Amino acid sequence: MINLVRTRIIQGRQYIKDLRKAEIKPPFRGFPFIKNNCGGCALCEDSCPSGAVKISPVKIDLGRCTFCGECQRLCPDHGIDFSVLHKISADTREKLVISMETGYQEYNKTAVEARKEIRKLFGRSLKLRSVSAGGCSACEMELNACSNVNFDMGRFGIEIVASPKHADGIIITGPLTENMAKALYDSYLCTTPHRIIIAMGSCAISGGIFDGSSELNREFLNEFKPDLYIPGCPVHPLTFINGVLDLLGKK
Amino acid sequence: MNWKRFNCSALIKTHDIPVVTMEDLRIELTAKVRIEDKRVLAFFGVKRGDSNILYIILGDDTISRLFITSVEFDKDTRSYRSFTPDVPSLQLFEREFFEETGIEPEGHPWLKPVRYGKEQITRTGLIEQYPFYSMDGDEIHEVAVGPVHAGVIEPGHFRFMCHGENVYHLEIQLGYQHRGIERVLIDKTNSFSEKSIFFPQIAEKIAGDSAVAHASVYASVMEILTKTEIPHNAMIIRAICLELERAAVHIGDLAAILNDIGFLMGSSTFGALRTLIINTSLLICGSRFGMGLIRAGGVNFGITPDLSAQILGNINTVQKKIEKLIPLTMLEQPSVLTRLEGTGIVDKDTARLIGMVGPAARASGVPIDIRTDYPSGMYRHYPARKIVLEKGDVFARSYIRYIEMMHSFNYIREQLDIIQNGEVFTRVTGKLPADALALSMTEGWRGEVIHVAVTDDNGKLIRYKIKDPSFNNWYGLALAVRDNGISDFPLCNKSFNLSYCGHDL
Repeated sequence: MINLVRTRIIQGRQYIKDLRKAEIKPPFRGFPFIKNNCGGCALCEDSCPSGAVKISPVKIDLGRCTFCGECQRLCPDHGIDFSVLHKISADTREKLVISMETGYQEYNKTAVEARKEIRKLFGRSLKLRSVSAGGCSACEMELNACSNVNFDMGRFGIEIVASPKHADGIIITGPLTENMAKALYDSYLCTTPHRIIIAMGSCAISGGIFDGSSELNREFLNEFKPDLYIPGCPVHPLTFINGVLDLLGKK
Repeated sequence: MNWKRFNCSALIKTHDIPVVTMEDLRIELTAKVRIEDKRVLAFFGVKRGDSNILYIILGDDTISRLFITSVEFDKDTRSYRSFTPDVPSLQLFEREFFEETGIEPEGHPWLKPVRYGKEQITRTGLIEQYPFYSMDGDEIHEVAVGPVHAGVIEPGHFRFMCHGENVYHLEIQLGYQHRGIERVLIDKTNSFSEKSIFFPQIAEKIAGDSAVAHASVYASVMEILTKTEIPHNAMIIRAICLELERAAVHIGDLAAILNDIGFLMGSSTFGALRTLIINTSLLICGSRFGMGLIRAGGVNFGITPDLSAQILGNINTVQKKIEKLIPLTMLEQPSVLTRLEGTGIVDKDTARLIGMVGPAARASGVPIDIRTDYPSGMYRHYPARKIVLEKGDVFARSYIRYIEMMHSFNYIREQLDIIQNGEVFTRVTGKLPADALALSMTEGWRGEVIHVAVTDDNGKLIRYKIKDPSFNNWYGLALAVRDNGISDFPLCNKSFNLSYCGHDL
């Protein structure tokens, strides 16, 4: 008993007080700013392992981006700048494509629009099930971290549950392999009828660096559209929690 | 000479590799593994024209040398006599070889599917139709778990054959994570322009918890192929981040083990300490898992004196806290020790026989650690400490994590001392050489990470073989839970903490 008390004292207070205002330190790579000075050398496009960067005009698809920062390093005109801003979730696939005109303020306000029915059903309690379908386990570990003592997403009533039968929706990580296709489909059908789908990480959103591999089967996403896309490689816990809170319309 | 001897940073021309007959190989391989105590590091096929070439690479841990030989199968040879009955550690290698080439190892005791890849030659049926063993009798029951698990982890299927609470046998079926990463890496390397043919970003995704280990092995394979010398500072930063990764996962696993015995206080304390370590990685390279750090030719981020002080501060905090916490939460808690001690034992002979690697093997008394056996990078100049325990139970596999973590902190401190301002990468240019083979390896936190690249006569990559330590150790987990209560499975599982995606590729 005395040992436990000692442990508790050493532990101290660990939680992040305000998750909505918390910031991530540099050199974290989050929202990219694109300047209007492209010289057209295409080094960024050539070097991108996932085909996320396209030039003339320069556009970055956050749904494909692995946030490796190679394009920023190679650009002779310093036209791409990954900032530490981490609230980059969106509710449609199209919004994830960042161009020169996209400002962070505006992106942050409009990228995830809270939906009334979602807020009504899940605003105070959202139980989710994660289905990993080919993920490298980094997104899975970050999802676990969302529930640890530091991030403590449970304070908002958002929880990861053990079975899809207890869940209001599923979180998909990984590029959706052929071998997981059936299990993913089954898990989805086990959740409640008003289920939501969250695509977590570049792999789940677009296939990421695995896009085009013959071992994938992404038909599930042709049939069902995710309600929330959370980019990252892997997704930072703050990106995840803020994205879900935006979807629920919480302040 | 039936074997070519080389050391692990050497570039080998494929014509220099001896080609032997299957009969010669059988005699020599068996003798080398069983009598001379050499280990099989790689065993894979490469398709060349109509024929398949099987490469076998053995390692001698005592003299840090590798031995390679090959066997050529023409298009009419569809089988050979399996090595597995004589050399059990080859069981999974042979199943993998069969899947990829269709050449059958006759007499293999369980020639079951490994990955169910779409492009695989021997694929029959779906992953749901895996031919499990089954057991019959009074009070016998089977428990099926997965592929979707209760925790937030990767998919895999476990089939327990139980007699009451006791596990008779556990069959582990993987393959759900197979996404063709070797193929993706080869295709991207060959199709991209000459400006950028290196993709450590893909290597990082082989197993997210070993991103630094896999990316640095990938980078060093490419450096061997292009004959690039990397700056001293880059080697130091790679070593620092590899040790940070080791410490972070080890501490996270201690948290998970305590969580699995229902000791939540201990679990959350270690969990919070892990956060501090992975946030230190973020300060170095912008990713909590060390992604985006490593490039062919060095690293992308330097360590300034300011950053060095921050890293030092963080590891000092963690080290001090954990030194106090380990006795409080483990060593002096009888209720914790009773769950860990004597659970899931893998003895030394078994570990050696089935070819286990990494801390799991060292906890069973098998003294192998790539950092000291085949040192490369900074480990050549500043040797790491090899920790070997004997018991091989869950406690040994947990305790070894603690000791290794403490040595990692000391190692990082040593490296921060000698780091200087200066270049952190060399620009790597040019094509890959023709007809070459390069191997590199390092000790990730889970064990030896080995990559082998083979190029064809145009300098195109034709094979990129990845071997994650999970590939060796999954069978060890199956043996560890034998004769244990089924409720101890989570403990055994977490004490190994194997990668599904590293196995499935």
